[in-house]
Formats: sequence, structure tokens, C-alpha cells
Amino acid sequence: MPAYPIRNFFIALKEITRGNKYYFMWVGFLLTCITIGLIAYAGQLKDGLIVTNMRDQVSWGYYISNFTFMVGVAAAAVLLVVPAYIYNFKPIKEIVLFGELMAVSAITMCILFVMVDVGRVERLWHLLPVIGILNFPASMLTWDIIVLNGYFMINLCVSLYVLYKMAHGTVYNEKFIKPLIILSIPWAVSIHTVTAFLFIGMSSRPFWNAGILAPRFLASAFCSGPALMLIVFQIVRKVSKIDIDNKAIFKIGELVAYAMGINLFLFGAEFYKEFYSATSHAAHMEYLYFGLHEHTTLVPYMWTAFAFNLTAFFLFLLPKTRENFITLNLACVLIITGVYIEKGMGLTIPGFVPGVLGEIYEYFPTITERLVSLGVIATGGLVYTLLVKLAIPIYTGELRFQTKDSPTKPV
Amino acid sequence: MSKKQNVKEKTQSLTRRQLLKGSAAGAATLAIPVGTADASVWQAFFQKHFNELDKDEMARVIERLEKEYKKDYGVDFNIETSDAKPDVLFGYGLDLSRCIGCRRCVYGCVRENNQSRDPQNHWIQVLRFKKGETWVHDLEGSEKYYEPETVPEEGYFYMPVQCQQCENPPCVRACPVRATWKEPDGIVVVDYNWCIGCRFCMAACPYGARHFNWSKPQIAKEEINPDTHYLGNRPRFKGVVEKCTFCIQRVRRDPGTYPACVEVCPVGARKFGNLLDPKSEIRYCIDNKRVFRLKEDLHTSPKFYYFFAT
Repeated sequence: MPAYPIRNFFIALKEITRGNKYYFMWVGFLLTCITIGLIAYAGQLKDGLIVTNMRDQVSWGYYISNFTFMVGVAAAAVLLVVPAYIYNFKPIKEIVLFGELMAVSAITMCILFVMVDVGRVERLWHLLPVIGILNFPASMLTWDIIVLNGYFMINLCVSLYVLYKMAHGTVYNEKFIKPLIILSIPWAVSIHTVTAFLFIGMSSRPFWNAGILAPRFLASAFCSGPALMLIVFQIVRKVSKIDIDNKAIFKIGELVAYAMGINLFLFGAEFYKEFYSATSHAAHMEYLYFGLHEHTTLVPYMWTAFAFNLTAFFLFLLPKTRENFITLNLACVLIITGVYIEKGMGLTIPGFVPGVLGEIYEYFPTITERLVSLGVIATGGLVYTLLVKLAIPIYTGELRFQTKDSPTKPV
Repeated sequence: MSKKQNVKEKTQSLTRRQLLKGSAAGAATLAIPVGTADASVWQAFFQKHFNELDKDEMARVIERLEKEYKKDYGVDFNIETSDAKPDVLFGYGLDLSRCIGCRRCVYGCVRENNQSRDPQNHWIQVLRFKKGETWVHDLEGSEKYYEPETVPEEGYFYMPVQCQQCENPPCVRACPVRATWKEPDGIVVVDYNWCIGCRFCMAACPYGARHFNWSKPQIAKEEINPDTHYLGNRPRFKGVVEKCTFCIQRVRRDPGTYPACVEVCPVGARKFGNLLDPKSEIRYCIDNKRVFRLKEDLHTSPKFYYFFAT
């Protein structure tokens, strides 16, 4: 067994365990959040999901809301892949890797959110092929498991392969990864479509049982993920030697504007349909935006989300505000918050309110649910931080792996 | 089920069995140094799907479960695993003009089927409607938590809702691990040892018939019903879904007995029988009364018929 792969492992390990004080403060902060989340989750494991505010009437809550939002964030990669590889837009091609790594960490969060939501986590092996029983193709949940894991693998393979090649100072073989990258485009569309179908397929819940949900999922996904990318790019540019072209940032901002425009249009169509025809199915939308029988928990959040999304749309659309970093960053924060409300709680909860037998149960997450979710998001953040910490020096050429021809000197 | 699928399942279960044998052996060696870890913990962990247990495995599972329940509740349990009888398709009738909203069915069901008392789990929900107002298409006008001194109340009527035992059940389709399925006699059942607790079936059910054990179900020892069926009223676990099974432990007996809710109803509003038997009471009701089924527009095809006896 040659020693160089082991040494390379230690080179990588050394890279992620060193840094300036801001890096350690950030990682320490994430680890603290993860610990808090773990403690909260231990309590949930012990007492059951009774520690959440979910009940039979609202059987999915904050965890599944976060899950749907994170599926959207995973789309960050594809909005970079398309201009980079289909249109060969060079400024974006240089940074597409950071989008793929974000997809990897977003899917990690998705899987964790499902894991904390199930009642019997130790039985998840029942989902494994061969030793478990996958109710495929009948159950949309099995489709979701397949496409999410597939998307995870594609992005992990592409990004690790490229990093590995770079770390050895060689150029990656585009013939090998191009098919995977091309495949990742329809695959990204599929993760949103299938997650939307999971909701759409339920005739029991009129709020979700509408075809418009799938395109809306896609449109809003192309807002939140890329907006998060824009913030990450500015941080990466500041803390490392990587030069990210302003052109790339502005181009992504422009694409987000179009995505939000489509999202707002689809929202308008949905809003019109419900309130103009005003059937009994409009009750869910009414609950969401105006309150139902004096139950108004989500109303302020939904109007906030709408105002944020609308403002962000114009800030991204107008070249003047898009190309000013203060208004650009403001727009990013607004759109992430807006989509988080709209595609999170704003999507999951009204499906259950009013319930199938007309009952109104007002749901709001408990402290436990919020702390566990914080832990999951911090885990995703840590995965992304460590991946990027390793990727940056490989990118700039400061970090190189050893090969079997390298002189055997201790690291 | 098609032949092809059958064959596929057989081969799958074979490989699964071999794999499980290996992993169980591995787990057993792991368990030994732990010392305190009971072997039954691992047996429970690796327990296969109900429909894939062979005769010996089934016997061992039942023996283990009976032991566990005895430890928990201090009572000797009997867990049946009887199959559906041939030429039987169970159907249910509910006479809305007779129901007085007393909820005896709700609590009769709780006792018979070992539902949790704390927190309370009810498989039957009785909805109260104001006479003269919209109801069956807009259940939003219903009141589930009515609490009068006496029933029936002037100006109101009642509609109990429980699992409608759909012929085309959306919950079964939703389950990612086939932990819930429709038996040949039409009863939709759950394997409480296979359910992962994802609650997709609860979102998919249009009748609010599925209930989750949000915490460990609490039942006083003296209130336990030890005559149980594996797919029915045996005590459930924390974190799994449960539902009405038409009292599978009673109706599959030979001769069968009525579900507890039918038996307990003081006004005879509840009817039950074999839909395939033209002489059954339920068939008489369907043939002679004006029946309707809840949310027909969803094409779930319930085997639960509401009617007005007059």
C-alpha cells in the first residue's frame, strides 16, 4: 500500500483544521449550533414527536417545510451549470464548482430534515433497496428518495473529481464529466418536479392538488439557491485569492430576476383562480393571506414574504440596483427570506388548514423543532464550509496533492 | 397482483432473508459485549415485513411480542394472525337519521382497540352540524369538540367519521415502504413493526382516519384488551401510524362478531356485513336505502355507506 493517498488525506485534513480567527469563530459557531440541535433531538427521540407542535390535524410541520426549501437551494448548481456549459459563459464556468458543492450540502440538509421528521428513525433501513421494501413506483416519496440521492451523487462525483484532478495539477477530462454535467440539468429539474408531485398527488388536500405547484417550485428554487450563491461568492472573493468576475455575479442576479418574475406571475394566477371562483377550496389560500375564522398565525408572514419577493424582483431586475453591491445584497437577503417563508411554512401548513374534516388547527413550531432545524442547517453550513475551505486552495494552486512520484518527505 | 410481481417478490425476499441472516448474526456478536442489550431488541430491529414472514418466523415474532406486551402491561396477550376469509368483503353502513352523537362508539372503540388514553387517540371522530346549513361538501362548518349536557341537541345532527376502508385507498399508495395495504377482505391494515412513521399516508387520507402515536401510548393495565390481532388492536409503539380496521380481531373470528362500535351503538345506527353476501344486512341497506359515500368526487370508493333510514 503506497503511502501517498494517506499523506494526501492528512494534507486535506490539515487544510481544513487551519485558518484565521474568523474561520475558527465561524466553525465554532456552527459546532455550537449543531450541539444544541443534537441535544434537542435527543429529547425528541426520548419523548417522541409530541415535543413538536405537529398533531394528527397538521401532520407535517417545520421539518418538512425546511426540507422543501432546501430542495430549492439545491438548484443553485444548475443555474450556474446552464450558462457555464451550455452557453460557455466563461466567468461563470470558473465558479460553477461552488454551486455544485452547495447542492451537495443542501441535499445533506434535505436528508437530515427527513430523518428528524420520521417517527422511527431506526427503521429507515426499510427504505433501502434489496434489504428493505421500496414501494416503487406507486409512492412519490420513493421517487423523491431516488432523485435526491441521484442528484447528490452526481454533484458529489463531479465536484470531487474536478477537485481531485486539480489537486494533482492535471486538467480534468471534460469528456468524462460533461455527460454527468449535462445529466445534472434535467436531474435538477426532476428533484423539484418530484418534490412538487409529492404534494400535488394528494387529492385529499386541494391546496396542493394543483398542477401549478411544480412550475412554481422550479421558479422559486431558481431564486433562493442562486441568491445564496451570490452572497457566498462575495465572501469567497474577500477571503481568498480567487477572483470572481463581477460579470458572473451580475449575470446570476439577472437570472434570479427572471425566475422571480415567473414565480410572481404564477402566484398571481393561483391567487386569481382561488379568489375569483371562490369555491370552498379557496379556504386554504384565505387562511394563508387573510386568516380564517380569526385564525391568522401565518398572515403577517405571508404578506412579508410577498413584499420581500416583489421588492427583490425589482432590485434584481433594474441594472442600476443589480450592479450596486449594497442593493444587490439587500435583494439577496430579501429573496432568501421571502422564498423561505413562501416555499416553507407557506406551502406545507395551509395544505392541512383547514383539515380534511374541516378542523382548523393552528400550527407554529415549538422551541425543540426550531433548535433541531437550527442544528440541521448548521450541519449543512459546516459541510459547505469545510468543502469550500478545501476547494479554495486547490483552486488557487496553493494546495497540491502528492503522487507516487513525489519525494517521500514528511508533511 | 400479477404473476410477474409475485416471482419478483419471492426472489427479493430470498436475498433479503440471506442478507438479514448475515446481518443478524453480525448484530448478535455485536450485542454480546454490550451485555445489557437484550437479544429481543435486535430481533425487533431486524424483524421482516409481516407479509414476508414464513411460518416459523411468524411464530417467533408472535412469541416475542406476547412476551414484550406481558412485560409492559402485566397481562397475558393473545395475538392472532388469521387471514382474510374467502368470499368476504366487509362493508359498513351508518344511519345518519338515527345517530344521536353520544360518542359511545368513540370510547367503545378506544377500549376494544387499545388506543392511547394519554394523549388520547380516537379512531372515530363525530362531527356535529347545524341543521339547515351546508355540510357534506363543506365540512368546515362541523364541530368536533361539542360538549352539551345531553344529546341529541335540538337543531343539530351528527356524522361519525372513521376509516372508510376505500377500495382505492390513497394512503396505501403513499406509503414508501408498503407498511400499509388492503387485505383481500377489503380492510386496510398497518404493520406497526414496519411503519417508519413518515406520516405521508396521513396527509394523503381524505377522511382524517389515520392517527399517529406522537408519544408512547399510555393505557392502564386494567383497561388493556389482551385479545388482539397482529394487524389490528395489539398495542402500538411510539412513532407509528394506526387506524380503524373494522375490528379485524373480531370480524375475522369464526363465527365473526360485530365491530365494537356496531355493538355499542345504543340506537342501532351502525350496520356491518359482507358486501358479497346478497342476504347481508349491509346489502339490504345499500339496495333499499338512499346511500351516499363521503367525498365520492375523489374516486376513493369507500366501503362505508351513509344513509337515511326513512
